[in-house]
Amino acid sequence: MSTTRTPRKPRPSARSDPQAAHRLALLESMLRVRRFEERCVELYSAARIRGFMHLYIGEEAVAVGVNEALTDDDAVVSTYREHGHALARGVPAEAIMAEMFGKATGCSRGRGGSMHLFDAGRRFYGGNAIVGGGLPLAAGLALADRMTGRNRVTCCFFGDGAFAEGEFHETANLAALWGLPLLLVCENNLYAMGTALARHQAQTDLALRAAAYGMVSWAVDGMDVFAVEDAARRAAEGVRAGGGPHFLEMRTYRFRAHSMYDSDRYRDKAEIEHWKERDPVEGLARRLREAKELTDRARTALEDRLAAEIDAAVEAAERAPEEPVEDLLKYVTSPVEAIRP
Amino acid sequence: MTVTHTPTAGPATPSVEKTTYREAMREALREALRTDDRVFLMGEDVGRYGGCFGVSLGLLEEFGPERIRDAPLSESAFVGAGIGAAMAGMRPIVEIMTVNFSLLALDQILNNAATLLHMSGGQLPVPIVIRMTTGAGRQLAAQHSHSLEGWYAHIPGLRVLAPATITDARHMLTPALADPDPVLIFEHGSLYNVSGELSAHSGPVDIDRAAIRRPGTDVSVITYGGSLPKALAAAEDLANIGISAEVVDLRTLRPLDDATIGDSVARTHRAVVVDEGWRSGSLAAEISARLTEQHFYDLDAPIERVCSVEVPMPYARRLEEAALPQPAGIVTAARRAVGEPVPTGADEGADAGRSS
Amino acid sequence: MAEFTMPSLGADMDEGLLQEWLVGPGDRVHKGDVVAVVETDKAAIEVECFESGTVGRLLVRAGTRVPVGTPLAVIEGATPREPRSAQKPVATGSRDKHATHAARTSGSPPPLPQKPAAEATSAIGAGPLVRHLALQRGVDLTALHGTGPGGRITRADVERAAPAPGPRVRATPYARHLARDLGIDLTTVRGTGDGGAVRAADVRTATRARVERPEPERAGARGREGEQHGHVAVPTDSAGEHRTDAMRRAVAELMSRSKREIPHYYLSTTIDFSAAEEWLRRFNRDRPLSDRLVPAALLLKAAATAAREVPSLNGYWQHDQFVAGSAVNLGVAVSLRQGGLLAPVIHDADTLSPDVLMAGLKDLVQRARRGRLRGSEMSGATLTVTNLGDQGVETVFGVIHPPQVALVGFGAVVERPWAVGGMLGVRPVVTATLAADHRATDGAVGARYLTAIGRLLQKPEEW
Repeated sequence: MSTTRTPRKPRPSARSDPQAAHRLALLESMLRVRRFEERCVELYSAARIRGFMHLYIGEEAVAVGVNEALTDDDAVVSTYREHGHALARGVPAEAIMAEMFGKATGCSRGRGGSMHLFDAGRRFYGGNAIVGGGLPLAAGLALADRMTGRNRVTCCFFGDGAFAEGEFHETANLAALWGLPLLLVCENNLYAMGTALARHQAQTDLALRAAAYGMVSWAVDGMDVFAVEDAARRAAEGVRAGGGPHFLEMRTYRFRAHSMYDSDRYRDKAEIEHWKERDPVEGLARRLREAKELTDRARTALEDRLAAEIDAAVEAAERAPEEPVEDLLKYVTSPVEAIRP
Repeated sequence: MTVTHTPTAGPATPSVEKTTYREAMREALREALRTDDRVFLMGEDVGRYGGCFGVSLGLLEEFGPERIRDAPLSESAFVGAGIGAAMAGMRPIVEIMTVNFSLLALDQILNNAATLLHMSGGQLPVPIVIRMTTGAGRQLAAQHSHSLEGWYAHIPGLRVLAPATITDARHMLTPALADPDPVLIFEHGSLYNVSGELSAHSGPVDIDRAAIRRPGTDVSVITYGGSLPKALAAAEDLANIGISAEVVDLRTLRPLDDATIGDSVARTHRAVVVDEGWRSGSLAAEISARLTEQHFYDLDAPIERVCSVEVPMPYARRLEEAALPQPAGIVTAARRAVGEPVPTGADEGADAGRSS
Repeated sequence: MAEFTMPSLGADMDEGLLQEWLVGPGDRVHKGDVVAVVETDKAAIEVECFESGTVGRLLVRAGTRVPVGTPLAVIEGATPREPRSAQKPVATGSRDKHATHAARTSGSPPPLPQKPAAEATSAIGAGPLVRHLALQRGVDLTALHGTGPGGRITRADVERAAPAPGPRVRATPYARHLARDLGIDLTTVRGTGDGGAVRAADVRTATRARVERPEPERAGARGREGEQHGHVAVPTDSAGEHRTDAMRRAVAELMSRSKREIPHYYLSTTIDFSAAEEWLRRFNRDRPLSDRLVPAALLLKAAATAAREVPSLNGYWQHDQFVAGSAVNLGVAVSLRQGGLLAPVIHDADTLSPDVLMAGLKDLVQRARRGRLRGSEMSGATLTVTNLGDQGVETVFGVIHPPQVALVGFGAVVERPWAVGGMLGVRPVVTATLAADHRATDGAVGARYLTAIGRLLQKPEEW
């Protein structure tokens, strides 16, 4: 028995003010991610950022839409393509940028870089660069909530590649078995690095397979932020109501290579162009313009504001101090003063 | 930290009780579960079955299925879940059946437990305790008998403990749980049935320090875990031929207590390192390197290592015995170190693990 | 340019054996670097240089005995010196004083050598390999006539000048260490270890054998008239003469001179140690075993502070007059396990707190027993203390170390019946003694000094 369902299409009402404001806020969040990522490309090209860097361009609707369904008390566990998740979660652009510059003011004090953004205060648990590695952690966070009686949701993002890992299946089974308050969000962008879904999965309907663990599962148009938000709200409500783990397959696409300057040989230009026509950011902007909810002037003002925010983040990161080499061994183990009976 | 006293039927609590390593470990778990409600035990067969080696027998009945959790056979998922729960403020004790199976969770132990604190710039300590059985000697063959704790002792961010005595089995868990970072406890399978006395006045062990289990003046025999009884037996034999061996029990494999190890060798000028791991790249290699770095001018003989022969552990009893460090081999190595003539034929077994 | 000279490592030292060069021509050295090992009658001492610059020519080769003040090497491009504290007694003998002065911000990295090392060597006309060989064999390149093209010195020239040493003795690191401590020549020890390696037990056997059959005294070993010639470079762990014997002779000579020349007078007083013991108990209460103070630290402190109060006991008798010491530099008598005596110095002891004194003392004793004292720690004592308390005796009447004018002795802290204000109780007490030079002071001065020690020990909290 399949529990997959198609989500309702939301009908934006052009006139209701709070709704319109909310739609504009969604646009702003997605644009912030888009512009931030574009600036990262520049800085990477100028060798200001090093290491691996995986851009979220094309998938903005997923992070922004899912975040709408989460409260500040909920937790997020993410992957190495997490700039978008961190920004949507409210981690300041400046802290993320400084982290990529390897500075002391970075959100992981320069120890993590692009792939390991953490913000304990916002319950943003990284930034995990082992495919599938974050899933058991998320189960553990959810388990702690279950055991302490806190009604919170732990949301774990992962990709279609992780679906092939044992850790996904071990975690799905364990979470369903114990009824853990876990929201599993699979960002299916059709490629595990350079391997197409059909090349690594015998059954490519991921929601169908997740349902086999006894979880409520469905597939969502991940290029439509309203669809994402709607699905995420319903899934999160199900989790909060004690319905155990829920699974969402977000069908999405990354417009850029797997990682900076990776080869893009494994897919057709035409396919990329086809998906770009469904650009989640520009698609929403178009809809809001047509609905007269976004004037050209307002759009320009929004762009200017975001550019200034990102400029400030870059400048602050440039100016920020380096972590001193004397502190190299800091945080390998906790400081001595941390409790000994 | 208060120690809960189990009510006894008798009029007065005896100051010394007879117990076993297994029961001491169970009593440690019981105390932890009673005194801190953040503590829970999770692993395969820890509940209904009572633990693969019977350590958690009776705990399910006392603490219930929420805190004594039978986990599915998915090491990566339940170790990872333990790490997540620890990040969220719990104090999980995760039991992995044997070190061989811990390899299925190596990703979580190395890539998450040991790195999260550093990778997050100090934001996310992981106060988890992971227990597992290690070692050979029970004819369990090559997938249930290896000693891989030395691999874990290679990893910064972890603390690695190897209780070798009943007192340590009883009292290492409290400081391990108090440690804000991940702690791995390796219980040698051959020790569970060892019985002995436990003083009622013993308290938490200092897990930063190695212990001198037998003082001596001629040679330091440095060992840990399941090899400690063998080293003590060898020291007894050596005493009979007039060689005074000091037996040092590492207790903590990471961080190593260089001071205690070094002081001993500075006094005896000779060292024999006994390690059930394979010789190449073993913990014994690390210890002898450190001794050479820090105590070169105190050494009056090359450092001897008695390790396991580099072979997947065989099943047949005679073969297994030949593959492992044994008292006779420790005696031979110690005699070589102090420059006593070694009778021909005694080399058999002493060369366990000597590179061929 | 400056000269590095044979330092004076003790008031009674007038010559030293340059045992080993630790630097060679072309090496950069900084003020305070250890550059050579000098063997005195007492110990092998690492000596530091007081200039920064590039080592030029080595003027004296290893294995040679020369008077104090003899130039041993040239240090080129010596950077200006920082002002030296004028607390060190001036060494006898000449010392090059031509150091140029230029402004230099402290803490800035030292300037690069004015001449690259390679150039410095080409002046001698020998390649780095040949220089290395010469250094190893202790050959002074400047004294060689090069037979290579253009007068260059060749490997063969060096080998002719100093034949290769015999095969290296196989010995364990600890055996080497022990042999150095006991003054045993490893080449004379029969090794019983693996492949004939010498082990610690073999060294001990050799020591016992030597004690049982003392070697006949060699010519030239009596007094210092017999300059030893033909001393070739020796490996550092085999001494030309056994150091313990040499040390015994040095002690014998110094003590005989003291008793011959110095009219000693002796005083003794017994001091109530209960206040000091109470202070120690409080001080040690929360400290780990390794950091605890022992009574000796307080006794040293008291001896040093009292010397500041009674300065006429702190200094030297030279040329028929008393010369006051410019600081209180306490010599501390250290007996060596293999016999013999050293008195390394704690400089400015009166300014140090008891725990710093104690740490310094521990460090000195350890290094003295390992034979690794530095030159500055062997010279400049203005007053010597001998504490035989740990040997269990109560009173020690010592012999003054010339040219000093006093020696303070302490015995063991013991419990004794003690009367205070007409009441009898049991108290810990310690006996302090003074041996003083009657030429410099009279008994009244000595009495003042011992009284000061007694008073100071009643109020350690006020130091």
